Amino acid sequence: MNRRIGLNWLGLVPFLAFALLFLVLPTMNIVLGAFRSADGGFTLDNLRGLLTPRIMDSFKLSIQVSAASAILGCVIGFAIAAAMVHGGLPKWLRGPISTFSGVASNFAGVPLAFAFIATLGRVGLVTVLLKQWFGINIYAMGFNLLSFWGLTLTYLFFQIPLMILIITPALDGLKKEWREAAEVLGASGWQYWRMVALPVLFPSLLGTFALLFANSFGAVATAYALTGSTLSIVPIMLFAQIRGDVLQDPHLGYAMAFGMIVVTGLANLVYIVLRTRAERWMR
Amino acid sequence: MRRFWSWAALIIGGLYFFLPLIGTLEFSLRMRRGEYSLDAYRSVLNDPRFQETLSYSVIMALATIVVGVLIVVPTAYWVRLRLPRMRPYIEFITLLPLVIPAIVVVFGYIRLFNTSSVLPMTGTAMGTNILLMFGYVVLALPYMYRAVDTGLSTIDVRSLTEAAQSLGSGWVTILGRLILPNVFGAVMSGAFLSFAIVIGEFTMASLLNRPAFGPYMQILGANRAYEPAALAVIAFAITWACMGVMSLISRLARVGRMGK
Repeated sequence: MNRRIGLNWLGLVPFLAFALLFLVLPTMNIVLGAFRSADGGFTLDNLRGLLTPRIMDSFKLSIQVSAASAILGCVIGFAIAAAMVHGGLPKWLRGPISTFSGVASNFAGVPLAFAFIATLGRVGLVTVLLKQWFGINIYAMGFNLLSFWGLTLTYLFFQIPLMILIITPALDGLKKEWREAAEVLGASGWQYWRMVALPVLFPSLLGTFALLFANSFGAVATAYALTGSTLSIVPIMLFAQIRGDVLQDPHLGYAMAFGMIVVTGLANLVYIVLRTRAERWMR
Repeated sequence: MRRFWSWAALIIGGLYFFLPLIGTLEFSLRMRRGEYSLDAYRSVLNDPRFQETLSYSVIMALATIVVGVLIVVPTAYWVRLRLPRMRPYIEFITLLPLVIPAIVVVFGYIRLFNTSSVLPMTGTAMGTNILLMFGYVVLALPYMYRAVDTGLSTIDVRSLTEAAQSLGSGWVTILGRLILPNVFGAVMSGAFLSFAIVIGEFTMASLLNRPAFGPYMQILGANRAYEPAALAVIAFAITWACMGVMSLISRLARVGRMGK
């Protein structure tokens, strides 16, 4: 029997070797590097290096952009998904919306940045049309695509569809009987949402928020293609650091990467915990 | 009233999603002054760097899919058949790439496989290509594994395996001629998603200095005005085609199963 179990384990060797070599060990190397000094000893100096204003600011900006795009993504995505599932819209709309969400949630990266430059850049379609038709010059009003709000607006293009994809099954899980029971007891539509539906959905909503947060926190390509290095968010700082353009201290790079793992790790932990809670209602 | 708000949410959402697509298309046609033309597309398609980088990325994507299938299918099968208790742990590992940002993983590669390390993969172009390919397998792992595992859940792995074994099949025959065809739809949907991810990937290819499509798009975007919009349209068409084929296959697979 023992020999049998030993042989069973052999079947996992290729996968475990692959995961160890190309996922676990590289990550461990970075995490350990964050606590190691140039001569190999243990140190907290690298983490202390994160406390310099420039890096603290980049973490702050990254967290703000991720939080803003996750909150707005959750709210808008929820509104669209709720309209689609419970809003009395024609049934045939569901197929196209979920297919489009699948495509758009994967349309991150360099092309997404180009799309927004062509639309909301200084000579982009919407910018020009607003000026010609309504005489509104959004750039004169202080809008800039290469800014906090520009980046947030761009990230929403993949955040909203991701929210729609994840929250639709949860909305489907809301039983018709609950709504009927609420109506029989004299609840208004608003009361039903506030006192029944939203409390049931709350773990799903918060969990998805955490996932969206992590999703935009790790995004490099979109921000890099959009702003170059004018907006110092963490992934772009780290990118430049690895390239060797700025900050000549490699151990600071380890510390920044470690900081990123801590933030996305925490967000995902929240997601996993809340997801298991949400599944109670999904049966 | 409810219906009014629903339509309002949908229309505002629709505007947000379609304006950038229309804007990109319109911008990509504006290269010639005063009239619409396909000049930007002509310029992009005739750029030898476009052809080189796109074919490099296509080859990388195909390699990623083959290696990914070779790693994921036997593992998911074996876990279901012999080590069901390990399932949550294996699943946890496959979801790690969603937690650890790609930029951190590739940073680890650069430190772990550099020229002065035990395994100096970044020393040669071929070694770096292989390293990048494994990086792509890691990025695609969460999607690939979940697709294949879901596919396996629709068939009776144990009975099929026992039947094949009693007819004298070895493991290679079982996996290649029995399991793989049965989860073909799932594997294909994982494959197309991997393809879409790899084609536009920027971070890993750029930091490993490989001539892939993603870094090419970024460089062109920094130097040109109209060509990037044309590129974005092309990239979006590729993503859209991948997703379209994917949902078509999964629909066909479902219909096929119901027909049986």
